Amino acid sequence: MKTTPFFKAVLAIVRKDLQAEMRGRELVGAMGVFALLAILIFSFALELDREARNEVISGVLWVTVIFSSILGLNRSLAMERDQGNLDALLLAPIGRGAVYVGKLIGNYIFTLAISAILLPVMSALYGVSLFNPYVLLTLLLGVLGFTTVGTLLATMTVQTRAREALLPIVMMPVALPIILSAVRASTGALSGASVDDWIGWVQILGALDAIFVVMCFFLFPFVVEE
Amino acid sequence: MSAAVAHSAAESMPRSNRMGSRLLIFLSILTVIGVLIGLYLGLIAAGTDIEQGEVQRLFYIHVPSFAGAFVAFSATVVGGIAYLITRKVKWDALALAGVEIGLALAAINLVTGSVWARPIWNTWWNWDPRLTSDAIMILTYAAYLMLRSGIDNVDTRRRFASVYGILAFSTVLITFLIIRIRPDTIHPVVIGPVLTDASMMATQGDFELNATPGVTSAVAFGSAVWSILVPWVLVWWRIRLENVAHRVTAMRVKVMEQ
Repeated sequence: MKTTPFFKAVLAIVRKDLQAEMRGRELVGAMGVFALLAILIFSFALELDREARNEVISGVLWVTVIFSSILGLNRSLAMERDQGNLDALLLAPIGRGAVYVGKLIGNYIFTLAISAILLPVMSALYGVSLFNPYVLLTLLLGVLGFTTVGTLLATMTVQTRAREALLPIVMMPVALPIILSAVRASTGALSGASVDDWIGWVQILGALDAIFVVMCFFLFPFVVEE
Repeated sequence: MSAAVAHSAAESMPRSNRMGSRLLIFLSILTVIGVLIGLYLGLIAAGTDIEQGEVQRLFYIHVPSFAGAFVAFSATVVGGIAYLITRKVKWDALALAGVEIGLALAAINLVTGSVWARPIWNTWWNWDPRLTSDAIMILTYAAYLMLRSGIDNVDTRRRFASVYGILAFSTVLITFLIIRIRPDTIHPVVIGPVLTDASMMATQGDFELNATPGVTSAVAFGSAVWSILVPWVLVWWRIRLENVAHRVTAMRVKVMEQ
């Protein structure tokens, strides 16, 4: 049987995810409300004064983005599985790699959308402007890194008994190098220190992204057999 | 159906032959002797550290046990890749054994490090980058075991465990490399070039191979024993245990069928 070209298949899956989201608003709605609640809770829990805010804001940003992304990843893959769509995708004459890249891009877009909501809200609430070109670059790279790992692992965990509970446990440690370098890079960018002091973290982040994308792309076919 | 699966599992898990058993027992005795010689070299033969005193001798267990954990976790990667390619159950047994043995050795590494840090850094634990990444590494492999126990279907379990075992190795590499890329760590670098400020080292506990006579030989011998003999002998025992468990399951199914 003739298989659909890779990019056409990827685009079709991304379009499907976006369309389902436009109609149902299941993911971004839940993720967005969770993210807003999280930053409110952080500001109460940490009782931040003016100086402390500058220090911790990138940490708060990343923790919020990651937890809402885990929420979204779980929902995204659980929906595929519960409605039998994952099986349909696997039956379709498209490569497994295309399924992975399609789901990855979908999750990436949703998490970036949450970040786009968070940036102005946090800038306003915490009084620190997050619209720094390097912070944006770090967000693009960091979110790519952990949605890459997360899409693969969520595909695994939705097939287990513990389901939603297992994803954060298996994902956080593996994604930690990405989170660590992303937090360091954005803290550096916001601190006003010279670029040379922290640009290394952005480079490490880029290298980690490349490694994880390649690894997860080749490992994905093994988690969707049957 | 289940009987057929169990039967094929029993087929693919041969009874351990006598040659193998004898070799394993021989190697086990060799390992015990090797560890004892290593302890002698470290605890008695090597000179006492001038700055740190007797507590510095923990290095002779601390460093070798991480080497052993590194080897065991590497075995998990090899087992995982080989299982995904060949789908032979023995490779998954190797991967699982690697995780369990690696966890045990990593625990020894963590505890000895903590005991050393108490007098030298004046705290059992701090959030130094290396300590943090080591804790993350241990949690990753604990998550590996949780992932395994969360899947009922044995084939799915082995497949997912192989994938996760390969990914999890990134945390081992990070732990190994982090003291080389993070300048703010206070953890001493034993193997490889030292990038940290030398004046800082003197106050925070350093490790020098040529500090007193016998240090190099104790570390080298200990690392050789703990990275070659200790993990492989333990992994072998663990695989045999897994084989026995498989045979018991197969027999149980057979009995229930009758």
